[in-house]
Amino acid sequence: MNLELTDEQIALRDAARGVLSRFDTVAAAREALETPGTLPDLWPASVDAGWPGLVVAERHGGIELGLFEAMLVAEELGKVLASVPFIGVVPAAALLSLGDHPAAAPTAEGELRPVYVPACPPSPRVDDDVWTVDGIDGERIAAPVVHRDGSAWSVTGTVGWVPDAPGADLLVVVAIDDGRPVALVVDAGAAGVEIESETRYDATRRMANIHLDGAVATALSCSEQDIAGAWYSAQALLAAEAVGTVDTCLALATAYAKERFTFGRAIGSYQAIKHELVETLRRLQNARALLLNVGWAAGAAPDDVSMAASAARYSSGQALDFAARSLINVHGGIGATWEHDAPLYFRRAQLSRRLVGGVGGAADRLADESLARARRAVEAAGVR
Amino acid sequence: MDLDDSQEQAEYRAEVRAWIAEHRFEAPPGTGDMEDAAYIEARRTWQGQLSDARLVGVTWPAEFGGPGRGPVDQVIVNQELAAAGVPGGIDVIGLGLMGPCIMVNGTAAQKERYLAPMLHGDEIWCQLFSEPAAGSDLAAVQCRARRDDDGTWRLTGQKVWTTNAQFARFGMCLARTDGDQPKHKGLTMFIVPMDADGVTVRGLRQISGEAEFNEVFLDEVAVGGDEMVVGGEGGGWGAALTVLMYERMMIGLGTEGFGYSPERFAGAVAASPRMDRESGLRTRLADVVVELLAVRFRGLESLSQLADGRVPGPEFGLAKITTVNAVIAAGDLIADVNGPDALVEPGEWAYLISFLPGLKSAGGAEPILRNTVGERVMGLPPEPRLDKKITFDELVARQREGLAA
Repeated sequence: MNLELTDEQIALRDAARGVLSRFDTVAAAREALETPGTLPDLWPASVDAGWPGLVVAERHGGIELGLFEAMLVAEELGKVLASVPFIGVVPAAALLSLGDHPAAAPTAEGELRPVYVPACPPSPRVDDDVWTVDGIDGERIAAPVVHRDGSAWSVTGTVGWVPDAPGADLLVVVAIDDGRPVALVVDAGAAGVEIESETRYDATRRMANIHLDGAVATALSCSEQDIAGAWYSAQALLAAEAVGTVDTCLALATAYAKERFTFGRAIGSYQAIKHELVETLRRLQNARALLLNVGWAAGAAPDDVSMAASAARYSSGQALDFAARSLINVHGGIGATWEHDAPLYFRRAQLSRRLVGGVGGAADRLADESLARARRAVEAAGVR
Repeated sequence: MDLDDSQEQAEYRAEVRAWIAEHRFEAPPGTGDMEDAAYIEARRTWQGQLSDARLVGVTWPAEFGGPGRGPVDQVIVNQELAAAGVPGGIDVIGLGLMGPCIMVNGTAAQKERYLAPMLHGDEIWCQLFSEPAAGSDLAAVQCRARRDDDGTWRLTGQKVWTTNAQFARFGMCLARTDGDQPKHKGLTMFIVPMDADGVTVRGLRQISGEAEFNEVFLDEVAVGGDEMVVGGEGGGWGAALTVLMYERMMIGLGTEGFGYSPERFAGAVAASPRMDRESGLRTRLADVVVELLAVRFRGLESLSQLADGRVPGPEFGLAKITTVNAVIAAGDLIADVNGPDALVEPGEWAYLISFLPGLKSAGGAEPILRNTVGERVMGLPPEPRLDKKITFDELVARQREGLAA
């Protein structure tokens, strides 16, 4: 048994740290808040680092690492609030690679940028087969639908708040074809495709609402399990990114608690402050342990990935909410002003928890998976 | 990253499993009446059998009669025993804590006299540390030891939370030998024969009605001379710290052993159709599951560290906090979903619900654990303390004045 990072994983993480240290991403996040649209373009650096091809098979020119390695990079991105297309790119690149699509190689090279248009698999608890997507108005709505005309495929539907969609060359869309999910490749510039760029609250997060109206599509030869896997990869990547942000919030708050004095004492000596910081650490350690669970499941127990990824997303989302608020609390009123960076982390927490099914959706999915497993166990025992 | 046995571990596991398969029918039941002398005798005999097969005290070094294997092998034995539904050694306190305390702090004569019978289950041990006014603040113990003219040490005081005291042959007792020293000094560790005159053991009944712990009263108990002192006169706090370190290690090794698994608790509510109708209940289930899954992987992390020769640090106290609060939430959820019938006694869930409030304080109260992690792990400054730089007797006198005022 071994849960330590391998030398290769440590090298990958340190390399990501090195790449990101060349940019003042936190200052850029602040700048973008005041002057929208001023974020530096980190895409070339990301391509140099090989991130778009991290999970792409070697036969397509990728590095062929696993989900856990991508999560290590996401954690580093989260630590410094870096704005680089990644969370939307990795699941798309994985599907292109699994489907042996001609776009996989240029994706790995960074010549083409795909984006994953997420759809949530049906819950194991309820007896239906409905794949859902984030609606623009906060509702969960049915996934886009395929129309076939002979050998010509097209897709119609709307998906709200898709991370990393602005500027993408290709959309990897999950849609329903005669009741079954398929992964489709749609050219971002095709007729019937509207990519409506949006930012909300967190200036570092580039998103778009995507409208598809009879857009020409080609099908990827991926299994239903691969398509569900893409959803859970996105959950896991968002989880890892949030863990990175929690880590930074805790470090900032802890440092301040040691140097700020009230009533003649460092405020970190007061139990009220100390216990709040320890609670953040507890949540951080738990969330990080659940990232290990995902990494282990992705390699050794594919059936556990849905539960592990949902648990990680829920845990890290809750941890980030707590840490971002606690960072403000420890600083007092100044933490709630633009005099401090705390609002940048708070804004990140506020938007992140509502993307790609939301942290609440992950909690419900985790419960559904637990109940379904318990019920299957009872059935199995009954059969015996 | 993998959770599988190495080839060596797999071979050891197969060996252990084969022995257990052959002998499991000779084992007493895993749970029984700890007040029943016949049951205790059966458990002691079973520990002897396990010891002959080298399946208790797995990490005990060869020079003390143990197999001298690594901590992961101890976990393998625990897992295989649990899977077969048979108990391990009855003397968990001796094997896990008091034995190692003697190995580290004891004299050659003490190691020679006490370790072998402890390992074999012939003499069971208990831990006489906590007192009514010294739990989380262990160095505040007031049990006094004084030396008679003939060199005999006499102990007087009250101890509490003493597991297995009702059938222990010896207790390891932290007592104060010098009140003119600051509180962490002037402490000495004694071996107390539990059958000595002046030792009274009384069961301490908990919410469930069961007495899993004892109170131990010591009234001018003559324990013997310096041959009963472990770690030297005035060296009691150092000896106690080794025990606390091994306690962390024991918790690190044993987290899966309490049966607090997310699968068990999900199973207890899965039959209810309310779980499908009420999303609030599902969120509560998710809260329980997410925390216990995290604890499972935290435990594996600590095992990984132990396998690497590192002892888990105080931050593992956080896993205990997470576990206790998640299990409290699980008990509440299970009873809310299943109604008053979940509280039937004796019953699995009523017992769980009764047991957990006390567990919250076991091994250091939650706020104290949070202080320890904040100070020792995160480097936050301590609260100002009033018990440093004065003698213990003066401290007690000031506390009395405080009460009087």
